[in-house]
Amino acid sequence: MLLLVLKRILLGFITLFIVSLITFSGVEVLPGDACTTYLEREAYGAALEACYERLGLNTPAYERYISWAAGVLQGDFGYSLSGEMRINDVLGPRVKNSMVLASASILIGIPIALLLGIITALWRDKLPDIIISTITIFSMTIPEFISATLLILIVAIWLEWLPGIVIVPTGASISELLPNIILPVIAISMIMTAHMARMVRSSVIQVMASDYVQMAILKGVPYWTMVFKHVLPNALLPAINVVALTIAWLLGGVVVTEVVFNYPGLGRLVIESISNRDLPVVQALAIILASIYVSINLIADLMTLMLNPRLKSLQIKK
Amino acid sequence: MDSAVQTINNLTIGFKSQKGKQISILKNISTTIKKGETVGIVGESGSGKSTLALAMMGYVKHGLYTISGECLFHSNNLLEMKNKDLENIRGRKIAMIPQNAGQSLTPNLKIGYQIDEALKLHTDLKKEERDKKISELLNKVRLPSPEIMAQRYPHELSGGQQQRVAVAMALAGNPELLLLDEPTTGLDVTTQAHVLELLNFIAKDTGTSMVYVSHDLGAIAQVSDRVIVMYSGEIVLDGPVRSILKNPIHPYTFGLLKSIPKLTSPGLPDSMSGSQPQPGTIKTGCSFYERCNLAEDKCKNNSPTLEYIDDLNTSVRCFKYKELINVKETNLDSVKSINNDVLQNEILDISKVSISYAKQKFIDQLLNKIDDSNPTVQDINININKGETLALVGESGSGKSTILKSIAGLLKTKDGMIKFDKDKVLSNDLKMRDPGFLRAIQLIFQNPDESLNPNHTVEEIVSQPLRLYFGLKGDELKQKIIEVLEKVRLGEFYLTRYPRQLSGGEKQRVAVARAFAAKPDIILCDEVTSALDVSVQAAVLNLLQELKEDFGTTYIFVSHDLAVVRAISDRVAVLYQGRLCEIGPSKNVYQLPSHPYTEVLLGAVLEPDPDVKPKLVAEDIVEEKPPEQGCSFQGRCPRILGDICKNEVPPWQIGENGNSIRCHIKVEDLKKQQNIN
Repeated sequence: MLLLVLKRILLGFITLFIVSLITFSGVEVLPGDACTTYLEREAYGAALEACYERLGLNTPAYERYISWAAGVLQGDFGYSLSGEMRINDVLGPRVKNSMVLASASILIGIPIALLLGIITALWRDKLPDIIISTITIFSMTIPEFISATLLILIVAIWLEWLPGIVIVPTGASISELLPNIILPVIAISMIMTAHMARMVRSSVIQVMASDYVQMAILKGVPYWTMVFKHVLPNALLPAINVVALTIAWLLGGVVVTEVVFNYPGLGRLVIESISNRDLPVVQALAIILASIYVSINLIADLMTLMLNPRLKSLQIKK
Repeated sequence: MDSAVQTINNLTIGFKSQKGKQISILKNISTTIKKGETVGIVGESGSGKSTLALAMMGYVKHGLYTISGECLFHSNNLLEMKNKDLENIRGRKIAMIPQNAGQSLTPNLKIGYQIDEALKLHTDLKKEERDKKISELLNKVRLPSPEIMAQRYPHELSGGQQQRVAVAMALAGNPELLLLDEPTTGLDVTTQAHVLELLNFIAKDTGTSMVYVSHDLGAIAQVSDRVIVMYSGEIVLDGPVRSILKNPIHPYTFGLLKSIPKLTSPGLPDSMSGSQPQPGTIKTGCSFYERCNLAEDKCKNNSPTLEYIDDLNTSVRCFKYKELINVKETNLDSVKSINNDVLQNEILDISKVSISYAKQKFIDQLLNKIDDSNPTVQDINININKGETLALVGESGSGKSTILKSIAGLLKTKDGMIKFDKDKVLSNDLKMRDPGFLRAIQLIFQNPDESLNPNHTVEEIVSQPLRLYFGLKGDELKQKIIEVLEKVRLGEFYLTRYPRQLSGGEKQRVAVARAFAAKPDIILCDEVTSALDVSVQAAVLNLLQELKEDFGTTYIFVSHDLAVVRAISDRVAVLYQGRLCEIGPSKNVYQLPSHPYTEVLLGAVLEPDPDVKPKLVAEDIVEEKPPEQGCSFQGRCPRILGDICKNEVPPWQIGENGNSIRCHIKVEDLKKQQNIN
């Protein structure tokens, strides 16, 4: 069991290593580099040489990769180009802001998704299922930049209930952020919740049709005991991995939504630093997003392993 | 004794087709289950027997509904009862033992919890009393160390143990009526015999009424007092077990009994033509009309009613039953004996073959090394002559399918050599094999649902080997496909059909056609009839035999069913845990003296005759791995000698009939011991 966990963690690190190689070489291969971007039209002759010297770009690529990777391992991403600030200082508050946004969406989205999924499955083909399923399929098909814009139009402009864009400094505290994130959270969690609800629905329906549920009914187990003891534990197990994927996918959704709402999070930083060609920041972001992705999947795998008696004993036997 | 536990009156259950038409699955069923009685319900797949059993618990599957009639438990109609009241009857008054216990036990709950749940619901016992009761129940169904068992999850038990747990769970509420839906299907022969014996014991011990649903007349014969035969949603015959099985007066039952291969009479059983009609296709007349030998015009237009015959105490749904009353039971035995033209010409030589499923470690993989001192299959030596049918017999885990896969090249052997046509060595690696050898050896799989591509038409399926091996194209190809299909008695009509549009028997015929299209020298048959209904099984066996006689093909036939093997094979090899126990001409292997394992297997075979009881000689323990050393059967052998069996691999001995037995006990001694018993 422990061996398996270690193996999975090791695999995660290998994935991250490959991601870092790809982003680093991607940046290398692109025409132009940090100095040409920074100096713009003066990027020639002595000035360019001096810039290379200053940034250490005249050393071979592998040496730069090693020193960069060594820094990342110690939690130091180096300096950004535009502001000549430490990237760590730029990232810190942004990561926190995005985390607040993402966790709020997850905390609201997952319970609603579970509830909707279970309701639609238990009342399959009846009125609650038909209504909820129509809504979820509908909200699954609208991309978040449209739903976000619509939310701003209706809630902020027509009804004037909530602010349409987020005007807080990057370093704002959580209590300052909270009233501002209601609309972004709704926009993000809509698609995610709909996806998860559909998944939970089909999983519950599948288990409801299984021989062991029929057996439980024939054993005289009351309906709700059957649902909670025999159906849900088995139906939600395979859903864990899908939930993890949805959360990882949410990272992309966060990027778009943050831009629409002008929210000072990681997503906006991605767009900003790409348009500024701030390559060190782009590299740092790629690694951070990849590690979040990898760790979410790792957690999901470990949870499935813990909760599934079948897998657990299989591992012990080996 | 005679009071009714359950009375079913004019029960019709069906569904609405897409066109809104009402289609019945059960038609006008009326019967009574008396107290203490065991009733067997027999029928092939699609006859409605499981739907009937579920209705007896007031349960109708999603999509089906009750069209008319009632199911009275004492005097309450279960089909109109509220869920709340049904919860008090299900598990407490009527309990179900399901077909596939492995899938019917909730995977995330421990065995003990699942039995406790039933006890909590249906008894007033306190926690400590319930714990004691759980052990008692597990003990009653003869599971070893009940306390440990209760802490296990369902997947940690073997199939037979899971089935016993299901029985214990059903007994928890002390029910008046036990419904058993194919409770032994899918179990090994020896396990099946043990479970049946347990059920018989429980029926006597508790006085519970039982309804035993099965397609297996052998199992039905062992447990039932009364038998109901169902066909196409109707009861066609209902009477005492002896009269039904020894003098069946309905032509369907008559044909069904004739199509079962029996140990006592070698040779192929007679087959019934056709298959059971789909629900909704029969509009007028008798539903068996199409397949009946005795049918006349009257049967086509008028539906016979269930008629009670006083002196036989039997109800029958047939106009012509009188013609069958005086048919003597000896006429039931199958007649067609096989007569293969076996040449003394070796076509396949399997020598010293071992196969291992052990996973290679990463380093071993690099070094291309397999390190396994105890492989799954070991030391197999078999020669097969041209035109012969060799059967490999054994229970699940005996390695019979593994050997077949190695011959086909799907599995690599660890040691040993497989030679084709005297001197051509078959490569271990499928990719390295000569296409000619690939053509020469064809496989037919157990389940045609899975071996036929659902997106290909019959034409595409059969054309593949013809294009691949013979490069046929256009009209020539089409001509050949039709020719091959006609050989398996499927006409041109089937060309455009998809597998899902065919019945089970037709699908298996397509699989047979695909194998024969390659003009193979050897066909490997992997449990080819075990997914089929009895009447269809006989037809497929007969077809295989006819094709063999036409083409002189060699068969290697894998099966767990000793009676089927007896019917079709010239020579039998008995396997236990991947090691050969006995090999020889079929008629000699099926006679004593034989290897103790063969003896155990033969003893456990269920004959469709209530007066022939199985002999249970060995425990039905499940061994996960073959023993490290000594005889493979030492763990279960009823005649074990002692240390010699545990330490030394037994030698081959030639029995007096020409069969080879691998045992430490001298053949003369085996003969004495087995004749005494």
